[in-house]
Amino acid sequence: MKHWRYEIFSRTGFADVTGRDVLHEIKELGIDTVKKVESSRVFLIDADFEDQFARRVAAELLVDPVCENYYIGRRPLPDTGGAKSLIEVHLKSGVTDPVAESVTMGITDMGCKPAMVRTARKYVFYGDLTDEQLRFIARRALANDCIEDVIYGLEAEPPSPHTPEYKLEHKTVPLLELDDEGLTRLSGDMDLFLDLREMKTIQSYFRDKGREPSDVELETLAQTWSEHCVHKTLKSAVTFSYDGKTVEYDNLLKETVFGATQELNKDWCISVFEDNAGVVEFDETDAVCFKVETHNHPSALDPYGGAATGIGGVIRDPMGTGLGAKPVANTDVFCFGMPDIAIDDVPAGVLHPKRIAKGVVSGVRDYGNRMGIPTVNGAVYFDPRYMANPLVFCGNLGLIPNDKCFKNQQPGDLVVVVGGRTGCDGIHGATFSSGQMTHEHENIFSHAVQIGNAIVEKKTLDTLLQARDKNLYTSITDCGAGGLSSAVGEMGEKLGVEVNLEKVPLKYSGLNYTEIWISEAQERMVIAVKPEKLDEIMEIFASEDVEATVIGRFTDTKRLTLKYEDTQVGELDMEFLHDGVPKYSRQASWNTPKLSEPDIAAAGDYTDTVKKIFSCYNVASKEWIIRQYDHEVQGGSVVKPLCGVATDGPSDAAVIRPKPGTQKGVALSVGLNPMYGDIDPYHMALSAIDEAVRNLVCVGGRSDRIALLDNFCWGNCRKPEIFGSLIRAAQACKDGAMAYSAPFISGKDSLNNEFKMADGTEVNIPATLLISAISLVDNIEKCVTMDFKKPGSLIYVLGLTKNELGGSHYYYINGELGANVPQVDLELAPKLAAAAADAISAKLVRSAHDCSEGGLAIAVAEMAFAGELGAEISLDGLAVSDDCDTAAKKLFSESNSRYVFEVEPDKSSEFEALMAGLPLANIGTVTDNSLVNITAGGKTAVSGDIMEFKQAWQKPLAW
Amino acid sequence: MNKVKAIVLRAAGINCDQETVEALELAGAQAARLHINSIIKDPSALDDAQILVFPGGFSYGDDVAAGKILANQVMHHLGDAVRGFIDAGKLVIGICNGFQVLVKTGILPGFSESDGSSSVTITYNDSAKFEDRWVYLEPAADNCVFITPGRRLYLPIAHGEGKVVTKTPESLDKLLEEGHAAFRYVDSAGGQGGFPVNPNGSMESIAALTDTTGRVLGLMPHPERFIRRTQHPFWTRMPENMEADGMTIFNNAVEYVSTNF
Repeated sequence: MKHWRYEIFSRTGFADVTGRDVLHEIKELGIDTVKKVESSRVFLIDADFEDQFARRVAAELLVDPVCENYYIGRRPLPDTGGAKSLIEVHLKSGVTDPVAESVTMGITDMGCKPAMVRTARKYVFYGDLTDEQLRFIARRALANDCIEDVIYGLEAEPPSPHTPEYKLEHKTVPLLELDDEGLTRLSGDMDLFLDLREMKTIQSYFRDKGREPSDVELETLAQTWSEHCVHKTLKSAVTFSYDGKTVEYDNLLKETVFGATQELNKDWCISVFEDNAGVVEFDETDAVCFKVETHNHPSALDPYGGAATGIGGVIRDPMGTGLGAKPVANTDVFCFGMPDIAIDDVPAGVLHPKRIAKGVVSGVRDYGNRMGIPTVNGAVYFDPRYMANPLVFCGNLGLIPNDKCFKNQQPGDLVVVVGGRTGCDGIHGATFSSGQMTHEHENIFSHAVQIGNAIVEKKTLDTLLQARDKNLYTSITDCGAGGLSSAVGEMGEKLGVEVNLEKVPLKYSGLNYTEIWISEAQERMVIAVKPEKLDEIMEIFASEDVEATVIGRFTDTKRLTLKYEDTQVGELDMEFLHDGVPKYSRQASWNTPKLSEPDIAAAGDYTDTVKKIFSCYNVASKEWIIRQYDHEVQGGSVVKPLCGVATDGPSDAAVIRPKPGTQKGVALSVGLNPMYGDIDPYHMALSAIDEAVRNLVCVGGRSDRIALLDNFCWGNCRKPEIFGSLIRAAQACKDGAMAYSAPFISGKDSLNNEFKMADGTEVNIPATLLISAISLVDNIEKCVTMDFKKPGSLIYVLGLTKNELGGSHYYYINGELGANVPQVDLELAPKLAAAAADAISAKLVRSAHDCSEGGLAIAVAEMAFAGELGAEISLDGLAVSDDCDTAAKKLFSESNSRYVFEVEPDKSSEFEALMAGLPLANIGTVTDNSLVNITAGGKTAVSGDIMEFKQAWQKPLAW
Repeated sequence: MNKVKAIVLRAAGINCDQETVEALELAGAQAARLHINSIIKDPSALDDAQILVFPGGFSYGDDVAAGKILANQVMHHLGDAVRGFIDAGKLVIGICNGFQVLVKTGILPGFSESDGSSSVTITYNDSAKFEDRWVYLEPAADNCVFITPGRRLYLPIAHGEGKVVTKTPESLDKLLEEGHAAFRYVDSAGGQGGFPVNPNGSMESIAALTDTTGRVLGLMPHPERFIRRTQHPFWTRMPENMEADGMTIFNNAVEYVSTNF
């Protein structure tokens, strides 16, 4: 066997794009002695081919002969130009390497199958660097310790690719005789994240059985009982003291979020809170399902990989709903620390927010785009408290035939794992994500980061849909948190299941049975197949190079039985596994903070204020991100994330047509406003719901077919006051859902987003409730966008503007928080949404935009610059509450339930008639110039050029 | 005559196959999606069709370089079949990743350097980023059957590696002189320009290439993503009778086959 080493680099005269990017990043790290960085792709190939074939491999496969050159062997440092040092970044042994797999295939296509292919990246630095600086650059800009090894200089050897063989060693864990202290220590030593009461429950179970547990039994319980999988905090009984009153909940989730769904009892809800995604009716033949997940902790450690597997994982949710949906749209919402923080102010163990942001965006981009699923909607939010705990929400909408919405596995069905192989990646992800982050986290939990390969998932999807349509399996679920342990454990919950762990296909040798069972390696689905259908389904998988393996069988024993070769390594009663977790009674409290309104001197002219608000990170254009996502693949986009004359205006929501041959569509939107939560989490949550509803309605979504998803991301909920703020938000979810008659169909929580710094300080994220919403669009031809269309049109504001500057951007740029947080009039708000939807459906409206961050001034200016038209506006006729008495309040209050419409004059009487009895005002007209002029009491309050506003809005995040 | 038949190739990572089928059907063709493994097993599957489409996506993850692994697979297993298809007077179109595949197999532009190596490649955008945006395209070739001469198109691109470059200035001259440049990126008034008019930095603003027969077209933009009015990025500002530009490519192909077969 020969070892071939190839280095591939840009030909003179052709840009080294990677090297250029790295140089830029090095400068951003504050090092300016490097003049140039040269990057090379490195391939290490073990194969039996000779020199001539080796050269063909380079010339025909590895190199682009137009713009690249190659070197076989180890290329010395160039002796000219001041090349001083070099490093190579290799994947750690066992980490998935998709490029290596493709190259293996490519060389095999050329006629010789290589024994092994590995890839690496090499960087040569021109200019002086100390060893310390080199290590700093490697760590901060080039490599991720979790998955990569860095080698320095010409002499260093890459890490060995070989992993040792595994010999069965059945381990039991002495537990029966442990005292409380011993149980707690055991939970810690094994990273089980189980508390004492849970450990004692397990101890008592095994005492009844009269035996010690095996390691895999304890791990299975830890996974299944993890906060991530079972949501024990949200399902707990709570004594909640709120401003001196006490409320008792027996099961918080059931009595709030899920309670609303039950009370509303909509006949168009097909499957809610019971499958991997919530399913609602779409048309006569198909339903849609929707799910949003978080992937926060992994993204903090490895932004690129964490986010990629976040989107990869949530795509598998619709794939694993019912008998499998076809994913048709992605959404993504990110929360990051402030991107302009100095690198020295970033605590140890934490990546710089900008690096996290860039990595996360790239991760979602590369996975989502490769899957061929359009990313159509999202949001980004910045707050210093997200620095160590960034939030990455990824969502997916799927299309599923009406007759494929339910699973039906039976005893005797075979357990088949389909898709990716199992490796050591992602071990302990479910339990790890349920705990606190610390400055040492990245070292301890590096194995909790999974590595994705979108093409494996895409192939798996392609074949599964064919098998689904031929009715070749009876049940399907995804391998997510907890890996096979959760997937197979859940599928077998009502039946019983026996698994032969040695049959699970592995990426490399050396995994023990517990690692196989709990690994969270990506791109795996589990299906149940009747033995008589096995050959037919296996043929489909084989025909498109998808791996599928029978690993066990469903039984009627109501027990989970785990075997390795012929040894039984674990056995648990399904009832104990799924219902044995002790029920908690928790304490929570919330005392409304005593806040006051600031006294900000009135300004005559607010034009600069408008520009400052446009330049706030949370308002600013997210075009830099949006354009990196393919939002048009599958050809279904109707309202794209960017709209208007120059396709750069901010759409309120996305609309897609999820299948050919229909005029129906689905609108997708989000609502999120953590800033309000610092004043009152209840009103924050209602505001988020109201915002999501407004966004849907503004593009043409129906107001009576709205389905909601919740994602609660909170700080450490073991602290009563933090848990209390979550309860206030949950109460608002119920009230908002009931008011809007919009049920929650699924949800997810990520609690304990707390970071412990080296000095012991604990930083919690702000209370963050993401509301994601979908609605039906009856006729996509009637959709509207937010850009002004025609000079001479009338501008209307529907809804009441109130003295509600608390948590507003106007206060934010003045360094204030305030007290008057926007509230929602639960009686009036649904009527406003319905009237808005009716006006759009009746084609009375040319453009519609919701009034949100920044208030009315921002909304109108956005409509103007997106349409490249001006506006002449007077605030005097605006429908306001009595105390909304200043220009600043009218311009910048973020009162909910407000809509701005453009109506052509000949439609105005019909439009006004439709709005009779509702707070409505014609505040001005669209003009044929580029000025937004707003007057109050006859005096100019804002007068600015639309292009200046647009520039202020586009600049901050034009990375 | 019989119905025009098209085959839309599938392979691991290809993801624009279904909407491409929809576009072909809208143009009046009968379109089937076929996996490359099944064509390799039985290349005669191509016999019945007159249009072969290499659709967009990320074939094999674009590992090594965009379209490279699939191009390698096509060359080693289907080279004769595809050449035979073209020699029989039939049509081949590669869209986005499919264009990259056609270039990396050498099918486009159809000539190489004197040492046999490729003259043309498609490489990383100057911005070094994947970009989804709409562009105007001006027809530049007069013999390409997919193109309506003089008709400027507005279509979306979505790629990270779309920059057309040649190995030598001579090759670029040859591309232009022999009419291989099928479309150029232009602004709404028809003028060439820098980013974002030319979204990736392609030499001479080349967005598409054709071979000497004019029956093979590769283009970075996605015509199959603009086959209905509501796919236009600002259709809500446009007249209700607006035509969808992408259809011209598919209509021309189907019409050519109807007339010539």
